[in-house]
Amino acid sequence: MRSKNIKRAVKATLPVMAGYLVLGAGFGIVMKANGYGIGWALAMSLFLYAGSMQYIGVGLLTSGVSLLSVALTTLMVNARHLFYGLSMVEKYQDAGAKKPYLIFSLTDETYSIVCSAEKNPDYYFLVSILDQSYWVLGTAIGSVLGSVLRFNTEGIDFALTALFLTVFTNQWLHGKQHFSAVCGVVVSVACLLLFGPDRFLIPAMLIIAAALVSKGYIKKEVKTDG
Amino acid sequence: MDKLYSIEAIAIMAAVTAVLRFLPFSVLGNRRTPALITYLGNVLPYAIMGMLVVYCLKDMRFTSAGAFVPQIAAGLLVVLTYVWKRNTLLSIISGTVCYILLVQLVFPG
Repeated sequence: MRSKNIKRAVKATLPVMAGYLVLGAGFGIVMKANGYGIGWALAMSLFLYAGSMQYIGVGLLTSGVSLLSVALTTLMVNARHLFYGLSMVEKYQDAGAKKPYLIFSLTDETYSIVCSAEKNPDYYFLVSILDQSYWVLGTAIGSVLGSVLRFNTEGIDFALTALFLTVFTNQWLHGKQHFSAVCGVVVSVACLLLFGPDRFLIPAMLIIAAALVSKGYIKKEVKTDG
Repeated sequence: MDKLYSIEAIAIMAAVTAVLRFLPFSVLGNRRTPALITYLGNVLPYAIMGMLVVYCLKDMRFTSAGAFVPQIAAGLLVVLTYVWKRNTLLSIISGTVCYILLVQLVFPG
């Protein structure tokens, strides 16, 4: 059972490995270029562990903005994590001692793998820890070898977009929640056009939540007792 | 580099991110899951993946071919190969290779 979980988790996280090693290395290189060595880079990949926020974080550190701005920027960029938690409350419920780590390490990529898997805390844990290992390893490689290794990795980050696209397509082909899928895309595109690339996530989340909750009550898909 | 400021800023980023990650679980985790949350757990992943795809493509521009053709072409390749073969790795590798070739060789700079 355990070795079966390991095999499955390694296979499922291969695309994340490709993306995280490269993006993690990119982060290590950017940190180094701004005067922050391997200790700083690893500390961020271990304790913050949020891909896009870490890149934005380098900019914040070097610009020296106020700590309040740091907090607000983090809030804006990472608010989408509220959504991940909201939809994993039941799946992570009986994870016991693994639960705090599962919650801490729920990145976009880890979420995309665990959200469509059946309830299996051991498997969730393996996926989560493998993903963070790739990210930390990538960070270390970039930090140490950044100035030596010079090859053109432009475009390899598309692996993560491709991962999300396959999950989305798979859900579309197997699930019955086409309303939800369409709602996610249409509302996000509309908010992107209205609010711009840096501000669209929070309004999009609010409208998606409102639309799904309304539909749930109107169509009586929310199963209330009695 | 200001060491104290850097430590404080990283700690704040980590703390805010952790609060956002833990909040839904600490608010809802310890009692029987309300029906609405069970419902959202079922429907939200579909909307979230749609939102994430848009998030990844948010910097696409229609001002020049190089700013949208690679994303659209590689994205279509991912979806079509997935519908055809249902193989995640195959789709991700072919889409990513296609994207790399397009941005590095066809639309450089």
